Amino acid sequence: MNDILLEVNNLHASVEGKEILKGINLSVGRGEVHAIMGPNGSGKSTLSEVLAGNPAFTVTEGSATLHGVNLLDLSPEDRSHEGLFLSFQYPVEIPGVSMVNFMRAALNAKRKYLNEPALSATEFLKLMRQKRAIVELDNKLASRSVNEGFSGGEKKRNEIFQMAVLEPQLSILDETDSGLDIDALRVVAGGVNKLKTDRNATIVITHYQRLLDYIKPDFVHVLYKGRIVRTGGPELALELEERGYDWIKEEVDAQ
Amino acid sequence: MNSLSQYLDLYRLNAPAIDAGSAPALNRLRPAAMEALAGARLPEKGDENYERTSVNDMFAADYGVNINRVQIPADVAASFRCDVPNMSTLLGVVVNDQFHPSRTLQSGLPEGVTFCSLRSAALQNPALVEKYYGSLAPLTQPAVALNTLLAQDGVMIHIGRGVTVEKPLQLVNIFSAPTSLLAPRRVLIVLEEGASARVLVCDHTQDGEQQYLSSEVTEVILGEGARLDYYNIEESSPLTTRHGSFFVSQQRSSQLNAGTITLTCGTTRNDFNVDLCAEGADARLSGMVIASGRQHVDNTVELRHLAPRCTSNQLFKYVLDGQSVGAFGGRILVTPQAKFTDAAQTDRNLLASPDARMHAKPQLEIYNDDVKCSHGATTGQLDAEALFYMRTRGIPEAEARNMLMQAFMADVIDAVAMEELRDRLRHLVERRFNGSDMGCSGCQSASCSKTE
Repeated sequence: MNDILLEVNNLHASVEGKEILKGINLSVGRGEVHAIMGPNGSGKSTLSEVLAGNPAFTVTEGSATLHGVNLLDLSPEDRSHEGLFLSFQYPVEIPGVSMVNFMRAALNAKRKYLNEPALSATEFLKLMRQKRAIVELDNKLASRSVNEGFSGGEKKRNEIFQMAVLEPQLSILDETDSGLDIDALRVVAGGVNKLKTDRNATIVITHYQRLLDYIKPDFVHVLYKGRIVRTGGPELALELEERGYDWIKEEVDAQ
Repeated sequence: MNSLSQYLDLYRLNAPAIDAGSAPALNRLRPAAMEALAGARLPEKGDENYERTSVNDMFAADYGVNINRVQIPADVAASFRCDVPNMSTLLGVVVNDQFHPSRTLQSGLPEGVTFCSLRSAALQNPALVEKYYGSLAPLTQPAVALNTLLAQDGVMIHIGRGVTVEKPLQLVNIFSAPTSLLAPRRVLIVLEEGASARVLVCDHTQDGEQQYLSSEVTEVILGEGARLDYYNIEESSPLTTRHGSFFVSQQRSSQLNAGTITLTCGTTRNDFNVDLCAEGADARLSGMVIASGRQHVDNTVELRHLAPRCTSNQLFKYVLDGQSVGAFGGRILVTPQAKFTDAAQTDRNLLASPDARMHAKPQLEIYNDDVKCSHGATTGQLDAEALFYMRTRGIPEAEARNMLMQAFMADVIDAVAMEELRDRLRHLVERRFNGSDMGCSGCQSASCSKTE
């Protein structure tokens, strides 16, 4: 049975009056990995930000549901509680907020939303320890401010660590490979793969095929000028790697 | 309208009673204060260094003054539990403008330490009080002259030569009265050569229904090599007005760490005047303001480098919410003889609401070339990217905002020199941002452990 997790229909969104998404259709089932590729400026990051609820963007048309719940009606925090997770391309540094307090606030807010009791200090620390191991995140980072002074690789590991703690149903990884050397890429991708189950799903947004060697997609979509212009299997990513995006651009622009 | 006139009339009618309730060492300055106030007026909004704050308006209401020294029931002092527990302190309490020693003070202070009512110090050791009382606070400032005219008592802290006081001296100022009241508060702190002490002053309003005005003048004399940590936390009420003037003179190689923390108040104006008088003196000032509603907080610093090789640092931070108004004025003066001065001033402010207003006026005035001076002032809003990032992790917007505002204050709390106070401040700031802000909630609750 193909149980649909995310259903996006004719989604239009704009920022400062400029339309970026011009009718996105996307259906993601549980247990699936989807890759969204495309040239710079095609709207890949906008799609992830809009799904996560960034107030800087305005949805002008269309719908997006997560396991039947209308995402567009929800605040970013409630989208998170409903099981959506966005791994940022550029994780934000928050000086003065420690990783520990940040994660405790996030986790307890989710538990409150789900009518579960807050974790005790011991349970919380145990959970942090377990989840850190998944991405080999250094214990020392836990006492630091969120992302402050983290290397590029540490920031991305930290994103996957947070994903591991929050156990989302749908994870959107926005350019998770950018700024990673090959070892860090392997660790981050390994973390994502460990968290994969037949009940959750992952959308991998990437410019390059490289990451897809480590996180194998079931479907590959090409986003261009705010629309998904082509969908295929893993072989489409390889073709893009070989031929670039120009042939797709030409085909679309000719229409 | 000149707000001074009502107080001058009051003095003219009651001069003998005022003198009778005080001590000769304090009374001797009253005629000069009266003379200085003839024809004077309090600063008004728009005057230089008063761009946002009218002192005249602060003194305008028809406040009573406890001239006849009516005793406020002592249980106010006895029952008081301050918000800074877990600190073992030598505690003195001022109810309105009357000093009440705690049991610890009565049972004896360490050798070389005086911490008592200014009036009794003036009666017992008039030479000492006469030497320092009014030595720094100039009567040319009308608010100082008015305080000098009306103050009948106050607090005396004297630390003898070479004495280090282990426990912090804690002074708790409380407003509690059946009627609206002006309390002229006066503090004299003298650290002789090589002495070292920590002073924590907590301002509270117990009965938030009344209008109160605190007129405070604090004079601090730091002898050669002396070190003072001085922190003042205001948690008063929306109807409480405070005008505080803080004067410091520092001798050779003396060290001052001073901070002002405003958590709740009505209208507050704090003036800091620090003179680095001799070589190698070091002053570190910090300020933290959290304001909401219609609170108004104005901190103004006049820091004067008068001698070579002195160092100073200022860090002031404001978070303004609601329709609150903040002001910061800071002038660093470096005189021609103050060669090799190292002075820095930082003012950073966060506007958490579109209706809050901040006015910053940093100034550097330098009259020689061999100096290292810097200043910077910025005012901004909460980081929208950080806020969104936190919300995508499920942290509700209000909580995320509070965490960011708390984080903004982290470095100014870290700069507090008293370690026990830092931990307590983190808690107070967190509680303040979480909304349990107005009044002295929890001050008397059994959960607060004792201060003595």
